[in-house]
Amino acid sequence: MFDIESLYQATGIQDAIRALQADERAMIISGGSDVLIQCREGRLAGCSLVSIHGIPELMGIEQAADGTVTIRAATSFSHIANHEIIRRTVPMLGDAVDQVGGPQIRNIGTIGGNVCNGVTSADSASSLWALNATLELHSASGVRQVPIRDFYTGAGKTVRRRDEVLVALHIQKKDYDGFGGCYLKYGKRNAMEIATLGCAAMVRLTEDRRHVADLRLAYGVAGPTPLRCVNTEDAARGMKTDEALLLHVAAGAVAEVNPRTSWRASKEFRLQLVSELAKRAVRQATLNAGGELDV
Amino acid sequence: MGVRESIKRVDAYDKVTGAAKYTADLLPTGALVAKVVRSKIANGRVLRFDLDAAKAVKGVMAIFTCFDVPDIEFATAGHPYVLEKEKGDVYDRKLLNERVRVYGDDIAVVVAVDEVAAARAARLVKAEYEEYAPILSVADALLPDATPLHPSVRPTNLLTHSSYRVGQGTYEEAKTSEPDLVEFEAEYSTQAVQHCHLEPPQSYAYMEGDRITVVSSTQIPHIVRRVCGQALGLPWAKIRIIKPYIGGGFGNKQDVLYEPLNAFLTWKLGGKLVKLEITREETMACTRVRHAIHAKVKALARKDGTLIARKIEAYSDQGGYASHGHSICANTVTLFKQIYHDHLVTEGDGYTVYTNHATGGAMRGYGIPQADFFVESMLEDFARKLGVDPMAMRLANCLPVGYVDPGTGISAYSNGMRECVAKGRALFDWDEKRKRYENQTGDTRRGVGMALFNYKTGVYPISLETANCRMFMNEDGSVSLQMGATEIGQGADTVFTQMAAESVGVSEANVHIVSTQDTDVAPFDLGAYASRQTYVSGMAVKRAGELLRDKVLDFAAFRLKKPAAELDIRADHVVRKSNGNPYVSLADLAVDAQYNRERAERFFAEASIDCHENTISTGVTFAEVEVDIPLGKVTILNILNVHDSGVLINPKLAEGQVHGGMSMGIGYALFEELLYDEKGRPLNDNLLDYKLPTAMDQPDLHAAFVELEDPTGPYGNKALGEPPAISPAPAIRNAVLQATGVAVDSLPLSPQKLVEYFVKAGLIKEVAQHV
Repeated sequence: MFDIESLYQATGIQDAIRALQADERAMIISGGSDVLIQCREGRLAGCSLVSIHGIPELMGIEQAADGTVTIRAATSFSHIANHEIIRRTVPMLGDAVDQVGGPQIRNIGTIGGNVCNGVTSADSASSLWALNATLELHSASGVRQVPIRDFYTGAGKTVRRRDEVLVALHIQKKDYDGFGGCYLKYGKRNAMEIATLGCAAMVRLTEDRRHVADLRLAYGVAGPTPLRCVNTEDAARGMKTDEALLLHVAAGAVAEVNPRTSWRASKEFRLQLVSELAKRAVRQATLNAGGELDV
Repeated sequence: MGVRESIKRVDAYDKVTGAAKYTADLLPTGALVAKVVRSKIANGRVLRFDLDAAKAVKGVMAIFTCFDVPDIEFATAGHPYVLEKEKGDVYDRKLLNERVRVYGDDIAVVVAVDEVAAARAARLVKAEYEEYAPILSVADALLPDATPLHPSVRPTNLLTHSSYRVGQGTYEEAKTSEPDLVEFEAEYSTQAVQHCHLEPPQSYAYMEGDRITVVSSTQIPHIVRRVCGQALGLPWAKIRIIKPYIGGGFGNKQDVLYEPLNAFLTWKLGGKLVKLEITREETMACTRVRHAIHAKVKALARKDGTLIARKIEAYSDQGGYASHGHSICANTVTLFKQIYHDHLVTEGDGYTVYTNHATGGAMRGYGIPQADFFVESMLEDFARKLGVDPMAMRLANCLPVGYVDPGTGISAYSNGMRECVAKGRALFDWDEKRKRYENQTGDTRRGVGMALFNYKTGVYPISLETANCRMFMNEDGSVSLQMGATEIGQGADTVFTQMAAESVGVSEANVHIVSTQDTDVAPFDLGAYASRQTYVSGMAVKRAGELLRDKVLDFAAFRLKKPAAELDIRADHVVRKSNGNPYVSLADLAVDAQYNRERAERFFAEASIDCHENTISTGVTFAEVEVDIPLGKVTILNILNVHDSGVLINPKLAEGQVHGGMSMGIGYALFEELLYDEKGRPLNDNLLDYKLPTAMDQPDLHAAFVELEDPTGPYGNKALGEPPAISPAPAIRNAVLQATGVAVDSLPLSPQKLVEYFVKAGLIKEVAQHV
């Protein structure tokens, strides 16, 4: 039995916004895999909820004529993981969300909830950072498009206002076309796990397939919010795809991240993972981009 | 038909379809809901409560605090009652405790109309404390100025110290007993883990007349009845306990957890129906755990690996309350002397110490998984130091055939330890793998390791061992079977059914076991613990079956006008003993007997066993691992347990039992660990942060057996319930040692710990420090 004071099932996006405005304590529930846990723990006991579960305009994946991929916010992880458009355009994201929790969680949990939770450990977050995703937020005052790098403001905090609904995530063609990607989740278990560290790498090769045209390296749990190692990325462009590249990304990432010691893992251990996963993810991304590694 | 056959579990269909009823399924409507209010400190005293806000919550019926409960201290361990109170369990807790010894201690309880109201009110109960510094290690607890946690039962935090010395002389004297002895010293430690049974502890209680009924998920209904009576100060038979199917216990429910509090609530509320369900978080933080134990070991050997003398000091973290207390640590030091034989002398000291951690209690293996990690890590490390083959060193020194424990007289009536090693060695391809994995390089390395164990079956002579069984024959020739022994998921109902079929001479389809124990009706038994029921309660089934059979044959002799000695029962028929030709079906005979106007008889038998025997099981684990050094990850490639558990009553169930235990052992080895902050607050009291391995983390599990017949087991059988969980952890640890050369001295082998070891060993170059 959950301690929920009121629950309103919205019929559409505008109805959800209206309901959120009507009750200043109300908050959104979508799949419920985070909110219900907090209700049970007592942290959200007595909450008022506006459910956006099952609203058709919040579900689905499509690709526009210009190649932009749009994932609507209440699409479940299991729908994303194996969707034809995702497999064809951003398979790394599909692989990432396929590592969330277990099958039941992936069937109910949504990518919008994963992002709006604001946690650094969200499995989709580091991939979305690497993909320069844009978040489309709707409210009574209109629609705004927020680049993901501007979305997170701190641990568990985002720019989304309480009465604002995340409607969709957009990924432009320039951010995936020609890239090979790889997301590596490090957890103590192989399922039902929260990431100790998540690492998303993307590599686009030059025409000779021996040099880096573009490289992106993003992490979850390497700081209070997901982050990108921009200096490491800049320096990697033009590098040959060999052992030196892997050593560069490993050392560069260690210099750019900011993990902390907690009872879950020490800073030193996380740094070891940052270094090792950078190598492994960049290596795999290079292979996925059709390249080879001289090591 | 009968034993030694892999019949389908008698409860398989109902459990798979959901028809089987557990406590929560049976709860009548309209129950009030109780919620325990827990302390927000680990060590201190409740001074007063402010209940105003909590009482104002709509739907709250009553709040009881530690100032409202009977001034009676009681013991919760699921042990047989001991007539000399001073020799038994330690009576050190009340229904609710004013003196707080654990973070989350039971200090008050709310009863409300539903869960939401109860939880809201519980959160609003305000307690004011006198707070003391939390005592979070055995060393701190033993400091001269440490606050004694239980001054009414012990002047210091030392609950019990026990010691033994067997053999000749002392360890110190053995050092100079011959030239060229090599000495080995080490310290090892194990962590606290939780049982994580699927079904949390739960019960509901109500009254009929002046008697209290508690329906509860427990392994030990008869002991729960007694402890409820003791805790409430009522005659024991004023309490009735009903135990339906339960979703696992693994020893946590071999403790009387919340039944006395639930009984108290219905008693105080005029007999109203009250439900008390413990959440997962409460279960992990506030019920019982496997004791964390630290050991200091020393050993002397000849250069060829012959053990001359050994010594162990074990320090067991008891947590806040005595529960099973020193029984666990005593078991730990006992294994040390049993599993290997020292040429001269073996010494053991065990210390069990109160702290402010969660209370240690019974958990599958009862101190032996800890002991086995100490002794099998030590043996491996010592063999390495001596440069001898660790398997050869084990075989040269391990449990002798015909072993008798000099302290207890417990004997290895059968001892298949060496046969288990031989069988596993061949099945596992040990020699080839051991050789293949020598001297590896690179970031990914493989290794193999092994560990032996031995384990006693029941609790005699340390505790009482009794069991009772009742049978009667129905008019259709089927047998109704009632046990005091409990089905807790391990398959007890199935093996008792097979034993009854074997003993009477009927098919399993004609045995109807009553799974539920109702202490008003069920025969007396101590319950599911140790690895006793198939052995001790099995004796009761066998004898009751023989008595029933004699009664049937006596009546058959009367009806058939033939001497009973010429008759037998086979396959549901009375037959001619010499050639097996059937005379009459039991169906025809039983209905005749029941309604016979000349001699009417209902065939009925009850057997009471006072068991004065015990016997030792043995076995071995072989493990093959791959270690990803930079990430500190261990993958188990292959793992095999070989068991010497006597005759298998049901080989398929036995295999399942082994798989479950191995899985538990793997969690203990690599994943599980209860963590606390500096205030003694649990950090990972949930199944996300407590890393119970998932199906994705478990390798294929392999089980094999050597079936030596044990002369004391009712069907040649001996312990199997707990043994499979014992030896996987040291075997995995020893495999990691072969793979990497790194000898880890504590459990679990978690990734961060391994990375720290690998950095120290130079296997990982330290990463560039972040600036």
